[in-house]
Amino acid sequence: MNTTPQDILAGLALALAGGRVRIVDLTQTLSSEFPAIALPPEMGQCQPFRIEQISAYDERGPGWYWNNFSCGEHTGTHFDAPIHWISGRDLPNNSVDTIPVQHFVAPACVIDCSPQVKDDPDYLLTPADIEDYEAKHGRIPAGAWVLMRTDWSKRHDPEAYQNFDETGQHTPGPSTEAVRFLVEQRDVLGFGSEAIGTDAGQGYHLRPPYPCHYYMHGAGRYGLQCLSNLDLLPPAGAMLICPPLKIEKGSGSPLRVLALVGATA
Amino acid sequence: MTMPLMKPPRKNPVLRTRQMNLPPGARGRVALGLMAAAAEGRFALQVCADCGALQYPPREACHRCLSPRLPWQAQTGEGELLAATTLAHSNDLFFRERLPWRLGMVRLDAGASVMVHLHGEVGEAPCRVRVGARLDRAGQAVLIGYPEKGTAHMADDTMLREMTSDPKHRKVLVTDGKSPVGQAVARAMAQAGADIVWVGHAEPWKQLPGLAELAALPQVTLVPLDVTDERSVNERAGEIGGKVDIVVNTAELHRGFGIAARRGTDVAKSEMEVNYFGLLRLAQAFGPALKGRAADGATHATAWVNLLSVYALANFPSHGTFSASKAAALSLAQCLRAEMRGAGIRVVNVFPGPIDDEWNQNLPPPKLAPAALASAIVKALRDGVEDVYPGDVAQEWLARWRDNPKVLERELAAGGM
Amino acid sequence: MAHVLKRKGYEGVALAVPVTVPYERYSIRGAHWFLGQAVRALVQASGLAKEQIDGLTVSSFSLAPDTAVGVTQHLGLSPRWLDHIPTGGASGVMALRRAARAVQCGDAEVVACVAADTNHVDSFRQTLGSFSDFARDASYPYGSGGPNSMFAFITANYIRTYGARREDFGRIAVAQRSNALKNPNALFKKPLTLDEYMAARPISEPIHLFDCVMPCAGAEAFLVMSPARARDLGLPHVLLRGAIERHNAFADDPVMVRGGWAMDRGDLYAQAGLQPQDIDLLQTYDDYPVIAMMQFEDLGFCAKGEGPDFVRAHDLTVGGDFPQNTSGGQLSCGQAGAAGGFIGMTETIRQLTGQAGERSVAGARHGLVGGFGMVTYDRCLCTGAVILGKSE
Repeated sequence: MNTTPQDILAGLALALAGGRVRIVDLTQTLSSEFPAIALPPEMGQCQPFRIEQISAYDERGPGWYWNNFSCGEHTGTHFDAPIHWISGRDLPNNSVDTIPVQHFVAPACVIDCSPQVKDDPDYLLTPADIEDYEAKHGRIPAGAWVLMRTDWSKRHDPEAYQNFDETGQHTPGPSTEAVRFLVEQRDVLGFGSEAIGTDAGQGYHLRPPYPCHYYMHGAGRYGLQCLSNLDLLPPAGAMLICPPLKIEKGSGSPLRVLALVGATA
Repeated sequence: MTMPLMKPPRKNPVLRTRQMNLPPGARGRVALGLMAAAAEGRFALQVCADCGALQYPPREACHRCLSPRLPWQAQTGEGELLAATTLAHSNDLFFRERLPWRLGMVRLDAGASVMVHLHGEVGEAPCRVRVGARLDRAGQAVLIGYPEKGTAHMADDTMLREMTSDPKHRKVLVTDGKSPVGQAVARAMAQAGADIVWVGHAEPWKQLPGLAELAALPQVTLVPLDVTDERSVNERAGEIGGKVDIVVNTAELHRGFGIAARRGTDVAKSEMEVNYFGLLRLAQAFGPALKGRAADGATHATAWVNLLSVYALANFPSHGTFSASKAAALSLAQCLRAEMRGAGIRVVNVFPGPIDDEWNQNLPPPKLAPAALASAIVKALRDGVEDVYPGDVAQEWLARWRDNPKVLERELAAGGM
Repeated sequence: MAHVLKRKGYEGVALAVPVTVPYERYSIRGAHWFLGQAVRALVQASGLAKEQIDGLTVSSFSLAPDTAVGVTQHLGLSPRWLDHIPTGGASGVMALRRAARAVQCGDAEVVACVAADTNHVDSFRQTLGSFSDFARDASYPYGSGGPNSMFAFITANYIRTYGARREDFGRIAVAQRSNALKNPNALFKKPLTLDEYMAARPISEPIHLFDCVMPCAGAEAFLVMSPARARDLGLPHVLLRGAIERHNAFADDPVMVRGGWAMDRGDLYAQAGLQPQDIDLLQTYDDYPVIAMMQFEDLGFCAKGEGPDFVRAHDLTVGGDFPQNTSGGQLSCGQAGAAGGFIGMTETIRQLTGQAGERSVAGARHGLVGGFGMVTYDRCLCTGAVILGKSE
């Protein structure tokens, strides 16, 4: 094409202003009710989101309202960097402050597993599901996000969202084979989930344990968790914007995940 | 014969809530020794170590031989009622609001004449009585004349109820009902006749056994309550705080680490967040309404119970950061006691030894069963006691700590107890 | 009864110039105002210059943070002998005993003994909370807001032990009210019948309304000097014939049934060379009728336990056969704080110098004044008594 980058950007600005390109918010609201990932009690825990008022137009500060908040790097809708996992610990540019910023804007492929997950919360995304997707929507391009749509974010009750029973957590995720395929055969940028982890709730029992973390981060790829509104995205063509906080040697951070999508006619 | 306390009728919401006026609270330093014993449920008076003379009122020198050696000794309190009177007038606001009020002059067999509040079942003089010591609404010790043999409902005597915090017909908040202790406390409150037991629980996705059965009790209402979350605490206080008569803070995070055994501060911070800051949040949110209702009818707001630990007195090194968090909570609980005192609310601090739960799995017995701890809490509320050390380990720890805290520190460091 | 005197008597001591600053139920003025008016009246009525008063005793409950010391500068006095006597109902007797010794040995020539208190609407309650260690620790917490319950115990125990009835105490109150009607300074102006006494509202059973004194503001004072000085000044005066005091008497009595007077009354009458039957009028310290009754017994007018019979058998009014509290006493005049310990003294001086007006007891030559006070938690600790005699 002969359009200059400035033209592309100008065109994008116009399209946004005119509503022909819309922005979809894929982020859960950060609040103390939002579940944090719960490890066994012997492990260090990711802190849940907590917010405490400094002042609220009162004797602590008459004209203003502001808060202090605290949370873990992996609280709420958040980004996983390769350094988060042991398999990615030694890779170059593997922390949120050193990842090339170009990677924070990338196309997204949305694979819909919501029908299967409705019957089976432990559903694992398989290579067959990927094949099925590509047959309808085309090959997953290199450098794209693969987002597993499960409609899990519509579980607003924290108990249902976490979905624990005596045998542990039951949330959907990718199978080992699916992850390896995406990494080795499709060179994806990263994997995104609506559930609390990129790996399935029972992922500990897969081989290797937590295969999405293991293989994605081991290959220097990224993860996104606690996404919402994936049902508002087209199966292909959305552009994901997901820059994490620039935390020194950070393993991840809560962030705002946005998608640019074309308006349907 | 004391009339049993009936469940009071519903309060008329358009009427002003009666505020609390405290009984006279000034005492000299030596007289506070009476309070120190009564705070633990004991009646003690000074007895001269040199000539054996009983001293009352408390003083600095023996009235018989002038010896300064006047240790406090437990008293049976048995004596003879010499005269009784019914107060029909008083310039003191507390008593003025509670007339008529019976007083007595008792001659203790041990040899002193004492003024007492008289239980309604005590007859006319002369008769035998038994004197005991209780904390009144000002948190100071007063002497009570009890009948030699009381009847079934003697605890419902209106004078005695001013000294105690009986859960009967009251509304109780148990801040964490997920732990075995919290569940035992909730059950014990229901059994003690509480009208409502709100049971707090956090992290609803973490199912711990027992909560569902607890919720099935008719008095029990589960309420989401996360003491680490300012908003959760404030919202719950906004919803139910105005009705809570007794707060029992059972929220506790207990890990078994000292300093070297666990790197990082996150575990210790979590312990502090629940054990210390949780108390702070709860007290800020629930305190004002509790204080405001301290004279609100027969089942007025009355007490705040803190589940501390005997480890708060002296650090138990293998649970070192937990001990430190309990020590912080103890200090704050003393602050709370001072702040609640002006409102006539009793702060009860409970110092169990190791509880028979999962976090003390590796400690040898004796360990305190949650049900026994819960019973001790109910008893403390009924007896109007302020400091409770339930169980054998707590009692021994306390005795050693009082005897010589430095020696106890070293014993604990050497792996003792 | 023969009693060997073990100490120097009170010869050569005269009392003169009985002063009463009129009682008020409530006053916005401070105790210093009432003290000042009392001293002013002493100066004016005696004809002395203020500077000639070279000794001073002060008794008051509402002077704090001042004591007698501050009063000297406040009133512009420079005494060479000073005593602060904060002992309430016993302060009259105790002030007189000390002033007498000062005059006898020449440490002072003219001693002003003054008692004064103000009364604000909240004075009474504030005073009692900090009255004594033992009151604070062992009585005040029990709620009667004052000594009413304590004296209820004493009265109830006395009733049970000696078969007294409320009517017996009522007789004392009724007779005193009759006397008070002849006293322009008394705050109570209406007669009191025994029925009204019995029907009055309970305060702390068996203490009812008319068993209690009414706190008020006011002052009482007198001068102590040698009889020679009193004659030189042309002042009507009485002589001090005997004086006793005792503190914390009978401490082992479980409940108070007798006061320290019983320990020392032999000494008192021996000093005066008199017997109880020689006493023409008795001013008891009457914070509660039961204490007045104990003084009848403990000052030797009847045996212990015979108080009720005594009261039933005698007429206690000024015209009766045993004039008692001829001013009306505190029960009918009001209790002006520590001045309640002086009211019997000034009344007796008036009676024996012909200044008692309508209340005069004909032919009175000897008067006995009782003092009692300083409640702790179960009793009052101070007792005292003096015998005053006509001066010829």
